[in-house]
Amino acid sequence: MENLTFEEALAELERIVRELEDGKIGLEESLTRYEQGVGILRRCYGQLRQAEQRIVELMGMDGEGKAVTRPFEHVAKVSTIKNETG
Amino acid sequence: MRTLEPPTGIKICSVSELTRAVNMVLGEAFPSIWVAGEIANLKRASSGHIYLTLKDAYAQVRAVLWRSTASRLHFQVRDGLEIIARGNLSVYPPRGDYQFVIEEVHPKGLGAQDVALKQLKEKLVRLGYFAAERKRPLPRFPRHIALVTSAAGAAIRDILEILGRRWPAAQVWACPVRVQGLGAAEEIATAIRRVNHLADIEVLILGRGGGSSEDLAAFNREVVAQAIFTSRVPVVSAVGHEIDVTIADLVADKRALTPSEAAELVTPDCKQILDGLQACHGRMSDLLLNRFQTIRGRLQELAGRRTLAQPLERIRDRERRLDDGEVRLHRAMKQKLAKVQQLTDAQAARLETLSPLNVLGRGYSLTRRESDHVVVRNTAQVQVGDRVVTLIEQGKLMCRVEEKS
Repeated sequence: MENLTFEEALAELERIVRELEDGKIGLEESLTRYEQGVGILRRCYGQLRQAEQRIVELMGMDGEGKAVTRPFEHVAKVSTIKNETG
Repeated sequence: MRTLEPPTGIKICSVSELTRAVNMVLGEAFPSIWVAGEIANLKRASSGHIYLTLKDAYAQVRAVLWRSTASRLHFQVRDGLEIIARGNLSVYPPRGDYQFVIEEVHPKGLGAQDVALKQLKEKLVRLGYFAAERKRPLPRFPRHIALVTSAAGAAIRDILEILGRRWPAAQVWACPVRVQGLGAAEEIATAIRRVNHLADIEVLILGRGGGSSEDLAAFNREVVAQAIFTSRVPVVSAVGHEIDVTIADLVADKRALTPSEAAELVTPDCKQILDGLQACHGRMSDLLLNRFQTIRGRLQELAGRRTLAQPLERIRDRERRLDDGEVRLHRAMKQKLAKVQQLTDAQAARLETLSPLNVLGRGYSLTRRESDHVVVRNTAQVQVGDRVVTLIEQGKLMCRVEEKS
């Protein structure tokens, strides 16, 4: 459950809601599924609310095929200027 | 000092008056003319008007395409293009030069560049570069977004701002490239291929710099088309304007009309998603609560039903009926006994009335012969002088018969 992508998390939530709607699962299992659903919701909230945009400049690939990057400066300057001049 | 006196009878006019006069003459002499020439020094102003020079081998004239005319163009105007245009002449007073105001323009045959472009497009169609079936869907919640565009200009700034607002969860990988000039096409292609070497990138935005006077020729080159075609990563192209669609736009998986639109196409709106999550939360809670209330209701209803509230009642009921039965039985028996008793009493009473002893009670007496105790009913049964016993209610009398009658 921990490694769900956002898309998978949403799909699982949909599944849980449908199970609760059908009303076919027992009371105890309904409770368990509800708790699982709340757990997934919390993690989704966290991912969305805490996210801060990261921008890097992709400069190339090294010999081992890994990315060579550096922080992307340009727009930071521009947006700072934008903020300062309102 | 001697001042020069103008000769009398000659009209002296101002520069403005001269200019106005020339304008009128030009307008009257050339109300509508067709001119053929080659475009040079083409500049697109931010206002949307296009200023250019029309020239041939020996002469040139300044020309202008107002924005309204330019927006109706169905081909791309650029330096070197041979055109045929209809328009009129006027003077631009602030500069004192005359200009050819174009009202209608057509390409004169096809320039070499246009032919080459046309041929390239046909080739790419044959190779399936523009096929609709090839277009891949864009990821819904990308975690890694690549950006291949000019580092200068408004485009990259707009894209980054919108990405940051809508879906900050995604990391942006910027690949600044030159978008026009010699070698630009190769740089663009290299950047696209580099992005494809990173396994995590889920979508790529290809943009121009943002200036309207840009030459988009690099995006019509085959090397760029090939890089997009072979890209494993889906490409969103925000290169062409409304009317001048480049080959890059046609090969891309999705075409955006503006850089901002491109940013919106690749990301969800996280505010909307958050609202959706909250609604989901509410729904789940409601469903669970409903479930509990339903079950509680049923429990209460069952508890209310008498069979469950007093499960022994049926047995008690039966017991009471048995008791009742027993009582009734007793009573009945008693009554019967009583009745029987009554009967026997009654009979006894009757018997008693019939009993001779009872007769005695009423004053009668009973006479028996002393000898054999036979009851005397008849005078013939006794002789005078016989002894008889007379039984009265209270005692016996020994008697002798004195007389008979």
